Amino acid sequence: MIGPRTKLGLILLMSPLLLWLTTLIIIPHLDMLYVSLREKVGVRLYEFGFGNYMTFFTEPLYWNTFARTAYMSIFATFLTLLIGFPIAYYIAKIAKGRMKMALFLLCLVPFWVSELVRTFGWMILLRETGVISSFLQWSGVVNQPIEMLYNDGAIMVGLVYTSMLFMVVPLITTLDSLDDSLIEAGYDLGGNGFSIMKNIVIPHAIPGIVTGSIVVFMLSLGNYLTPILLGGKSSLWFTGMIYSQFITRFNWEQGAAFGFLLLGLSSLIVWLGLKFSGQTLAKTMG
Amino acid sequence: MNENASDLDCIKVNKKFGDFTAVNNVSFSVPKGSFFSILGPSGCGKTTLLRMVAGFIEPSAGDILIKGKSVVNEPPNKRPVNMVFQHLALFPMMNIYENIAFGLKRRGEDSATIKQKVGEVLERVGLPGVEERQADQLSGGQKQRIAIARCMVLDPDVLLLDEPLGALDLKLREHMKVELKKLQSEFNTTFIYITHDQSEALVMSDQVAVMNEGIFEQVGTSRELYYNPKTAFVAGFVGESNQWSGIVETVKKDSVKIRTNDGFTLIAQTNGEVIKKGQNVKAFVRPESVLLGLKANDIAKMENKIKGVVGNVLFNGANSRVLVRNPKDGAEIDVAIPQTGEFASLNKGQEIHIGWQHDQATCFTVKEDIQQ
Repeated sequence: MIGPRTKLGLILLMSPLLLWLTTLIIIPHLDMLYVSLREKVGVRLYEFGFGNYMTFFTEPLYWNTFARTAYMSIFATFLTLLIGFPIAYYIAKIAKGRMKMALFLLCLVPFWVSELVRTFGWMILLRETGVISSFLQWSGVVNQPIEMLYNDGAIMVGLVYTSMLFMVVPLITTLDSLDDSLIEAGYDLGGNGFSIMKNIVIPHAIPGIVTGSIVVFMLSLGNYLTPILLGGKSSLWFTGMIYSQFITRFNWEQGAAFGFLLLGLSSLIVWLGLKFSGQTLAKTMG
Repeated sequence: MNENASDLDCIKVNKKFGDFTAVNNVSFSVPKGSFFSILGPSGCGKTTLLRMVAGFIEPSAGDILIKGKSVVNEPPNKRPVNMVFQHLALFPMMNIYENIAFGLKRRGEDSATIKQKVGEVLERVGLPGVEERQADQLSGGQKQRIAIARCMVLDPDVLLLDEPLGALDLKLREHMKVELKKLQSEFNTTFIYITHDQSEALVMSDQVAVMNEGIFEQVGTSRELYYNPKTAFVAGFVGESNQWSGIVETVKKDSVKIRTNDGFTLIAQTNGEVIKKGQNVKAFVRPESVLLGLKANDIAKMENKIKGVVGNVLFNGANSRVLVRNPKDGAEIDVAIPQTGEFASLNKGQEIHIGWQHDQATCFTVKEDIQQ
């Protein structure tokens, strides 16, 4: 039974959250939705219609860019998981005491610097006159400067680096909760490293893997800085398209429609991913 | 050493963690098909010893033989031993069938054989038809039996049990003691059981090793440990005892007279040890070895006699005790109340006589620095 006093307490506790949700998320989105459903028919003349959404499907460049963004993000998520899992396993299960704290801190430290600075760091390493290129020339492996920026590989490196923490943290949390005696029992019953990983560790870590993957996928899909800076003009990232509609073309109606399409399509991909891995969002978050 | 006779031999097994010696040159062998318990307080090194047998810890020195074959260099997944973990470690991500089949699958047995073996072992532990259930749908006792079934299905030479009853409530623990003993004789497999609970060890085991500070104090049957403890630690740890520390005053052929620090004197037997006058000793008397008497006459024949006062009556059904205050040193002596009805109405403050013969009290020499 909720008495009037508890109810008041609940309202007071909830109000900052509700205020934040309505003013910063719901109102702007409703306005965006309204803008996206306006078709420009003349100077300062609009009428209701789905034209802006139709443009996305009729113009191959747009949906090709979206598809490219999606599969690059999926690949980045997969790579992050592949690199992050052993790191998380080491920190959660093998490292002990101070070592564990130190390694965890090492994962965290790069994130004290802004993403922009970190991305510039990669540019210093990868550009034609950068550290790696100079080193290769100095050591005689190559005889002319090589450009490692402005390609898909550079984008991938940047995306994986940017998202690593968001994969490693949920993985460490779930792996930490795995009782060591389960692993020992696995060995005791005749299992080897591979079968224990496959039958015990990974099934236990699924919630962490799914959480980490969703976060990394969403971050990659919605990333703007890394693809633009490391991928250059050829990056063809969907957020870049949205940016140019809003800022360059001054076509807010089209940009808003793209924004909503990004939201809808990414939700669809996450939903498909959950279906495919047999997980539910509630199970993952709980 | 007859290799056919023992399933497990430990030869001078030693384990050091830095400067700390957890297991100190322990040697023992366990005959085939017996229930062997290692009993000791926490931190005595029993878990370390068990984990060395399982293969999770490498001994610093010494050898471990299973059926006469050294296994020290074999990893845990290659050893013919299996372990029931303290918290059982049933795989929560698998159902009961998959849990039990895990080891068989790793051996590469075909699925028809696995299915048959899982069915059989579940039958033997008395839980047929639970294959499709999850571990958390079973009760504590059932989980216990599944954990044993998961090991026994692999037909190990030795089954190790790491205090598996610790997490159960009292009633179930009593029940599982009997159950475990029954399972052991049914499977006829050697069980190595470690525990800090003496009643678990005494009830179930053919042989008990009492472990303290990395060494085996005594190995023997439950009866031997209880009635003929070889060291002061065993006498104090196994069963209940009244204890006195004191100095030997006079030594006779089969008894010694001890004066405690508080001036109380008692006569006790030695336990094969050569005891000299002036040595520090510790004497132990079991509560049930003390004779109670309402009148001084009742205990006239006893060598040790005390006229005391009832301090407290601890009623516990058949295990009721009376704490008798000894006027000579002010300490309370724990005495079992005979269930003859004669002492049913003992009251606090009442005068009472207690006594015992010298052979009911056993004394052991102790190093001077040990003060308890």
